[in-house]
Amino acid sequence: MDIEDPSFWRAGAISTTLVMLIVLAFLSIDSMRVISVGGANVPKYDVINHRIGYEFDWSRNASVPVIGGPEPLFGKAVTEAEATALMESGKLVIQSRACMDCHTIFGNGAYYAPDLTKAWLDPAWQQIWMPMTGKATREDAMVEFLMHPDKYPTWTRAMPNLQLTEDEARATVAYLKWLSAIDTNGFPANFGPSGQQP
Amino acid sequence: MYRSQKLSLRYYTAAIALFGVMNLFGLLSALYYLYPSLLFNVFNFNMSKIMHIDTLVIWLLMGFLGAVYWYLPKELGREVEGMWLAELVFWVFCAAVAVVAVVFLFVQYGGANQFSLWFINQGRKYVEAPRWAALGIVVVMLVFAYNVVATCIKARRMTGIMWVLVLDLIPLLAVYLDAFPATTNMSVDLYWWWWLVHMWVESTWEVLIGCVMALVLMDVVGTSRRIVEAWLYIEVMLVLGAGILGLGHHYFWIGTPQYWLSVGGFFSALEPLPLLGMVVHAIYDAGSHGMKTNNQPAFYWITAEAFGNFIGAGIWGFMMTLPQINLFSHGTQWTVSHGHFAFYGAYVCGVIAVLYVAKQQVSGVDVLTGRAWKWGFGLLNFGMIGMVMALLMAGMAQAFFERAIGGSTLMAFTSASENPWFKSGMYARMFFGVVFVSGYVVLVYDLLTAPKRVPAAQAQPVAA
Repeated sequence: MDIEDPSFWRAGAISTTLVMLIVLAFLSIDSMRVISVGGANVPKYDVINHRIGYEFDWSRNASVPVIGGPEPLFGKAVTEAEATALMESGKLVIQSRACMDCHTIFGNGAYYAPDLTKAWLDPAWQQIWMPMTGKATREDAMVEFLMHPDKYPTWTRAMPNLQLTEDEARATVAYLKWLSAIDTNGFPANFGPSGQQP
Repeated sequence: MYRSQKLSLRYYTAAIALFGVMNLFGLLSALYYLYPSLLFNVFNFNMSKIMHIDTLVIWLLMGFLGAVYWYLPKELGREVEGMWLAELVFWVFCAAVAVVAVVFLFVQYGGANQFSLWFINQGRKYVEAPRWAALGIVVVMLVFAYNVVATCIKARRMTGIMWVLVLDLIPLLAVYLDAFPATTNMSVDLYWWWWLVHMWVESTWEVLIGCVMALVLMDVVGTSRRIVEAWLYIEVMLVLGAGILGLGHHYFWIGTPQYWLSVGGFFSALEPLPLLGMVVHAIYDAGSHGMKTNNQPAFYWITAEAFGNFIGAGIWGFMMTLPQINLFSHGTQWTVSHGHFAFYGAYVCGVIAVLYVAKQQVSGVDVLTGRAWKWGFGLLNFGMIGMVMALLMAGMAQAFFERAIGGSTLMAFTSASENPWFKSGMYARMFFGVVFVSGYVVLVYDLLTAPKRVPAAQAQPVAA
């Protein structure tokens, strides 16, 4: 064996790459099963008809989403088809307004503004924006904020007005609620009062 | 000079210009942290950041294309096949970049519909360019692949480096096709998006720059082909052996199964190994030639590439890659610190090295040395290391106060961003950003200035 012989290392490079690609293919097939809508970690879109929490689970040593009883978004339960249409629109808002070039989702994106993974559960909606906007519910306060963020700054680094229509804002709120129900292996840790480790 | 090398010079010119645009929007993006009301509702942070990171991708890609068009005829001993098409595509590429920039600057975003994704902004990090432009990049890469493969066939000659390059073109093209979907399910969207970002940046591009560096080492240091090819295969084996499943470190928190915590943690911990191999390789080659080179700036930039890649991508990546740490460091300025250092070390230094290789041949000097390049080298490296340290300081404050203690809520984010460690980090980043840009100005000056001629009788390789 001559370790300075390129053909020796060429064989190593080809075989290593092929083995790794095959393993990745199997893991990807399994991962798709888990993260498809309705899979073990990603709930169906009509989960927005339910109360969603985020609690510390001792068996996993991580915070996990908890799906509770009925709590329809905007006070009206939606069908699975209606929920899907809302999510498609919400995702298009997030892409068309380049939200993830300021915010992160699951920690991915840009770092100028807060992470949105559990934004639906953020205590700031009740503590700050509901009184500020004069709205009676979290979702109504979110819609008002998303349509006119520059009217409700909480800090020097404010959110710009990206001209969301009311329908777009409602779809975005629905998307954020669904997002908060995805099991993200405990990210973010200790989120808000409900996710804190006892 | 071959016709494809003239095209290469055009690519280098476009790349260096876009490098400047990237710097400009980098400074602007840093300024928003200090003056948040800057251009508010006129040109917001997200658009500045898009300009910064998209020009980064494009100028590096242009640098790689330029490097391959430069070395291809030398490697195969003939002109590149289909040059007219390559030249046409260059101008189409430049025009497309200009149109996208104008749209980003003046239109910025549209409504929540497919039209916006096709013609304004796709809103997916690094691939924000609208779909028509992304299709244009596919065409550019197809023509590039045709040039490379057709030239190999016509030349009836294949070297080990060319085999690696040709095979690397397959994933380079294939994973870019993931720039188009707008999958509603964010977990699935990000799963494939990471194939694009990770497989390009941490695998395919690493192999591509490995090929380019192999060619540069033979050119500048005079390393033998046998050694260069053996090392290239070792690098490919380790980069892909660790990097393909190292992809798993992006799958910790996006909804994917728990086993990715172990798989990603283990393989990404191995990812510094190939980069360490490159350092050993560079030192081995330089040492075996008594540190003699006929192109001092290129030699220094290759060395910076080897160390920068290992420290910036390898060490800085390893520092935050284990899931127990990543749970808190992920998505903070710590990531930004790693991102800057990794891109700079892995790719920017390498592209600057090939620019100096071209400068030597264009100016016709036997030995390229001088003073100005040293200032550029020093300022760029000092500026980058300063920025990286400043961002690390800010990121660690965020990981601690926002993530570990505060629990990542809006108030936790706000209070961490008001923390003196974070704020002083942002000011320091701005200062070192200016240092970096001054280094860029010197670099451009040096590249455009004719080098001092050394009389032929005295033209001996100099000790680096």
